[in-house]
Amino acid sequence: MSIKGKAYIAGIYEHPTRHAPDKSTAQLHAEVAKGAIEDAGLTKADIDGYFCAGDAPGGAWPMVDYLGLKVRHIDSTETGGCSYLIHLGHAAEAIAAGKCSIALITLAGKPRTSAMAPRAAGAEADFEAAYGATTHNAYGMCAMRHMHDYGTTSEQLAWIKVAASHHAQYNEHAMLRDVVTVEDVLNSPMISDPLHRLDCCVVTDGGGALIVTTPEIARSLKKPLVRLIGHGEAMKGPRGGKDLDLTYSAGVWSGPRAFEEAGVTPGDIKYASIYDSFTITVLMQLEDLGFCRKGEGGKFVADGNLISGVGKLPFNTDGGGLCSNHPVNRGGMTKIIEAVRQLRGQAHPKVQVPNCDLAIAHGTGGLLGVRHAASTCILERA
Amino acid sequence: MMAEAKKYPAPQGNPETKPFWDAASQGKFLIKRCTACGEPHYFPRSICPFCFSDKTVWEESSGEGEIYTFSLMRKSATGPYAIAYVTLKEGPSLQTNIVDCDLDKLRIGQKVKLVFKPTDGAPLPFFTPV
Repeated sequence: MSIKGKAYIAGIYEHPTRHAPDKSTAQLHAEVAKGAIEDAGLTKADIDGYFCAGDAPGGAWPMVDYLGLKVRHIDSTETGGCSYLIHLGHAAEAIAAGKCSIALITLAGKPRTSAMAPRAAGAEADFEAAYGATTHNAYGMCAMRHMHDYGTTSEQLAWIKVAASHHAQYNEHAMLRDVVTVEDVLNSPMISDPLHRLDCCVVTDGGGALIVTTPEIARSLKKPLVRLIGHGEAMKGPRGGKDLDLTYSAGVWSGPRAFEEAGVTPGDIKYASIYDSFTITVLMQLEDLGFCRKGEGGKFVADGNLISGVGKLPFNTDGGGLCSNHPVNRGGMTKIIEAVRQLRGQAHPKVQVPNCDLAIAHGTGGLLGVRHAASTCILERA
Repeated sequence: MMAEAKKYPAPQGNPETKPFWDAASQGKFLIKRCTACGEPHYFPRSICPFCFSDKTVWEESSGEGEIYTFSLMRKSATGPYAIAYVTLKEGPSLQTNIVDCDLDKLRIGQKVKLVFKPTDGAPLPFFTPV
């Protein structure tokens, strides 16, 4: 069974806040849920499926109760920042199987107000916890090896931030709206070699939500039609230390699965939402998804190739996690939301891709250099 | 730059990994090898992560290896440190810190050797340039 065309994204909402010390995390979940339900033109009583991840306080049952939902399908798959891309795929599966007809997916939290608790350790804890792996240095190790193997440079990585900043200048809600140059990135303080401060994403409070539904219900609503036509998910880790290779991600598996199901190729994609926890994340994902060959990501992203209206592959036209928003240190939700805006023709006019009818939203979760998941969604304007 | 002396957390241990920590306390660094498929692995599991045989045995590692990759973490309250993956001579790669050296001179491919660092419990394996 394929999910191709069996589920539509009927509602989206990105919380405008980037700093919310005066709100509770559950409240933010409720606010984004309300926003997405209203965007779809539905009511809370219509929701019969709920999807949330580790950011939902207490998990699914307190959230379902807090929100006052009555659902017949629940999924709390937790794969870090790409959880919501996986939720979208799983919602399509559930809808296709008749397990629910209107699914709500929420993300919200406040890491800018107060640092988040570390994730629970697995069986590796005694053998790794003492060494201080963090997001910064785990991605730094990927970048270091990618540079070693393929000659990728800090200048090339910097172009990814430059492109994101060109888009963020038009987003009134973006945390960082100043356009930056390659030199600005290279001159920012080194955080974890070879990643500079401006190679890193922002830390923001906030959240987002989606409404996913059947083709029939979507057509009855007064919104431009956007449907999911391909989905993939995968995981990668050191696998007992055998053949360690930090220059590719699980996107090499999730991407082809999604493209095959959709029946399209990377060359067909008009707009790309690519998770940008760090600049190296984008570069590796572009290679892994097949937008260029492995090792050629540096050349691909240079000279503004990711800038809308300038380059061949407009990416993260909201400014992405690098400049606009990275709610709860999890980028998957906002990746889907901006892809839907592009397909609806509702992106900012300065960054809207003309006749945008096919988009990809892709992300990873966990630590790219340690253990992570990846998920790819191919979305089409119907 | 040189890293400061640092206090490391004691391993909690469990029935599956107790022999590893007991050996570490004797100054021995163990890996696991599967006698069914012949593959070594790290960190240690009772069931081989490759062929899923339960015929795995402990084996003392040479403690010799080379740096696969590293990153010098500067955003740290306890001072800079080098996180790394080291590929052991026996094959498996493992996450560690490179210690007791000039952190600015590290490079991929550099030869390193095991050094244990004390905790309040069993010592932890680290690596330092040869």
